[in-house]
Formats: sequence, C-alpha cells, structure tokens
Amino acid sequence: MDDAIRVEGLVKRYGDVVAVDGVSFGVRAGTVLALLGPNGAGKTTTVECIEGYRTPDRGLVRVHGYDPVAEREHVVARLGVMLQGGGTWRGASPRELVRLFARFYADPHDPDELLARVGLSARAQARVRTLSGGEQQRLSLALALVGRPDVVILDEPTAGMDARARRLVWQLIEELREHGAAVLLTTHLTDEVERLADRVAIIDRGRLVALDDPAALLAGPAADRVRVLSPADVDAGALARALGGVPVVAEGRGRWLVHAGPEVIPAVTAWFAARGLPLSGVASVGLDDVLLRLTGEDP
Amino acid sequence: MSRAAPPRARLQAQATLELRLLLRNGENLLVAFGIPAGLLVLFALVDVLPTADQPPVDFLLPGVLVAATMGSALVALAISTGFDRDYLVLKRLGTTPLRRRELVAAKIGAILAVQVIQVALMVGIAVALGWPVALPLRPLGGAAAVAALALGTAAFAGIGLALAGRLRATLTLALANTLFVLLLGGSGLFFPLDALPAGVRAVVGLLPSAALVELLRGALGPAPLLLTDWGVLAVWALGAPAVAARVFRWE
Repeated sequence: MDDAIRVEGLVKRYGDVVAVDGVSFGVRAGTVLALLGPNGAGKTTTVECIEGYRTPDRGLVRVHGYDPVAEREHVVARLGVMLQGGGTWRGASPRELVRLFARFYADPHDPDELLARVGLSARAQARVRTLSGGEQQRLSLALALVGRPDVVILDEPTAGMDARARRLVWQLIEELREHGAAVLLTTHLTDEVERLADRVAIIDRGRLVALDDPAALLAGPAADRVRVLSPADVDAGALARALGGVPVVAEGRGRWLVHAGPEVIPAVTAWFAARGLPLSGVASVGLDDVLLRLTGEDP
Repeated sequence: MSRAAPPRARLQAQATLELRLLLRNGENLLVAFGIPAGLLVLFALVDVLPTADQPPVDFLLPGVLVAATMGSALVALAISTGFDRDYLVLKRLGTTPLRRRELVAAKIGAILAVQVIQVALMVGIAVALGWPVALPLRPLGGAAAVAALALGTAAFAGIGLALAGRLRATLTLALANTLFVLLLGGSGLFFPLDALPAGVRAVVGLLPSAALVELLRGALGPAPLLLTDWGVLAVWALGAPAVAARVFRWE
C-alpha cells in the first residue's frame, strides 16, 4: 500500500543555512510516525514542507500523491494540522472557531461533540485569550480534527499540557490511527514516542540519523548501554575489570553507565551482591539515551 | 470526491465570523462609529467650524461619511488583519480548504456590511439633526455618493492591507491611526478646502480623503462633481490595492 505521506530527498535552505538536508521517510495509513530530534534539528521545516507552507529546494513531498504547494486544494481537504501555538483569533470563542472550521469541510464532526471530546465543553463560550496554554493546545487539536482528515500533522501536540490533558490527547491520537489516519507528530518527549509511535524518525542538524520502530531502536546498537544506580561508594574501575574490561563511566551522584548490552546485567547484580553493596537499579537505557547518542550530544 | 465544503459556504462562514469579530472589538466600534458620530453631533450642535455659509449638518455629513469609511476600511481592517498575521491566524487558515481569495473576499464583505450600518447610522443622525437643511438634492446624487464611497473603500482598504501585510501588528496599529488623523485633517471635513492657499490646496487635493469629501459634497449638495476628484480617487482605488497585493506576506 502507498504511503499517505511521502518525503524523498528533501532539502530546504534558508540563505546559507541548510535546515533540512536530504531527509526521506513515509507514513502509511493507520500508523503514527514520530519525528524526534533536538531543537533546531529541522523538524518544523520538514513538517512545513508537507503542509505546503514551504517549497522544497530539492527532493519530493507528496500527500496521497499530491504536491502540497502546486496541488494545494487536493491536499488541504483531507489534511488536519496542529501548529505550535497561535493560529486563532483571541477575541473569538472555541465554539465559534470550531464551527467556522467545520463549515470549511463537506462532512465535519459535530462541533459541540468534538469540544466535549477534547475536554473544552465548559470553556466553549470563553474568549480564546482567557484559555490556558493547555486549553489552547486542545482547541488547536479540535480545529485540526474537525474536518475528519485522514492525514494528520501535529507539531508538539502535548507541549504545555498537564498529565491528564496529555493522556486525553494520546487517546485521541490512538483513535485516529484506529480509524486509518496517517499521523505525523513532532515531539521531543520520548515517553510520547514510546506510547504512540509505530515508527520513529530521528533528525539531527537537518539529517535523518535513524528511521525504525521504537522497539528496534531500543534493541539496536545505539541502546547498548546499561545504567546502574546505587547509593554506595562504588569502585568503577573494579566493576569494569569484573565485567571483562568494558568501560564504566560515572554519570554523577549514584549513577554509572556501563558501555555494554543487557547481557551484563546478571554479572552486575552478582558483583554488587558479592560485596554486600546496595543496588537500587540496573537496566538498559531508554529512548532518551538513544536519542542523545544518535544526535551526537552524548558519546 | 471532494471533502471540502463548496466555496460559497466557506466564504460565507468566514465573512460571518469576520463581521462578528469586527463588531465585538471596542476599538473598532470607537473608530468606525463613535468618532464619526461624535464629530457629527458635536459640530452640528456647536457651530464653531467655518462651514462656508452652509448649515453645519449639511456641511458635515460628507466629511463624517469619509471618517466612517476610513474608520472601517483603513483602521479596523488594517489592525484586525495585522493581528491575524501576528497571531498566525492567516497561516493557520492556509492549511484549510479556505482559499486566499475567499479570505480576502470575506474580509471585504465584512467591511462592506459594517459600512452599510455606518451609512445608515450617520444619515439617521444627520436626519435627526435636521438634514438636509438647505440642500438641493440632485437626481442620481445618491448613486454618485455610493459610487464615490465604493472607490474610497477600495482605496482605504488597499492602504490598510498594504500596512498590515508587511509590518508588525503594533506598528500597523500606530501607523493606521496616524494616517486616519492626517487623512481626516486634510480631507476638508473641518473646513472648506478652498480656504487653503492655492499651493497647499493642490497638494491636499491629491489625498483620497479630500477627493472623496469633495465628491460627496457634490453628490449630496450644490458643489460641482469634478472629474479631477473622480480621477484622483480612481487612481488611489486601483493603485493602493495593487500595492497591497504586491507587498502582502501571509506570515
């Protein structure tokens, strides 16, 4: 089956600065792809090329086979976009805005039901300027979804939300996937990726450094580290020798990073037990560490 | 299969909300209704203006209609569009089925609706103040007045959108209000332009506001309708929107 979103060899420059440098990926219907990377990595530029805001300098972007700039009208009718903040009249109410956007589409969701789904019923008549940051984000999500899009692009969808609102948004994104939408989200929250993403694309300085499913990334060479937590005064050199000479690096108070895969975990546990030292944690690293390693911020 | 609503439905929805937001904003109400109505009532009752031997309300109505037109087409449109741009509303609308030309048409439609209310209100107040006191209303004068107001709207909207389309909203706000005061001062609302020295009169006569006041004085009174005034206003009505279309940036 064809990808709903297809990006091939995308290059975008601003003057001398190369913001996106040859990125390729696809998003299939009924899947969620998370675009992950540090600030300034090129996530928003990539997304804005798919949304038709920017024309690529090189490469190709297609949404259901259409060019988002040249064939805009074919793309916008089935595209739902959530920008990073802004995008609404501050003197209007959520209900007015959702009703307006509903009237742009042939078969929209019921505006009041949608406001209830994103938890804004009680604030439906308030002025946008009086909404909290998290409430504005949820309004923005409602506006993205009101036209029943089958391609959804969410730029940092849970930024500024409390834990409850975040769960609500995650649930909505999972429902979108179940209904067959292709979802592309940018984020720098790795727990969001682990919960939602079928595939992760990691971008760093405009380049794609990984494209895989989260489990594969966590099983891959970039995750070949074990973190050890202990309140005791540990002799890192002795531990390293006991593990056959693999590096053991102190990370700060009570934290060490063993440069080896999960196969060393039993040996680590045994080493602590043999010396009667307390051990409060030993586990493979998570997506956070993988991201830092792949984006060159951690050796 | 199209998942977008038909163009007319989109335009109608957008124009309706634009109008509601315009009428909800206190500053817009002040500049579009409060100031022109206030000028009309104040100077009709307090006869301090050199009104060229005309009863004050007869002299004032054309200038007040121009003040109202500038208040909506220049000031309110510029400021609302400027803030739309700053708050990324225009950008956000860019990924919906609403097209740019529909958005522009919706804004113009909302402004025209405001102007219908403005004209009704100003003429209503003038009538309550005794208008027309001593005016020989000419046949087709009303049609000429509507034509002149339409050209004026195009000129002022063009100026407002040229500001809003390129500058930050706060700067647009300051400049639109300054232009409103300058164009109003040079419009002949407060005194007959012929009272000015010939050189100044010639320069001021090139302002769209002055040309429009002169045309309304002709359409709604004994003054002649001059071809030069139609010419000046037509140049602004074509030129300002053309400049706006060229300099406008959506984000």
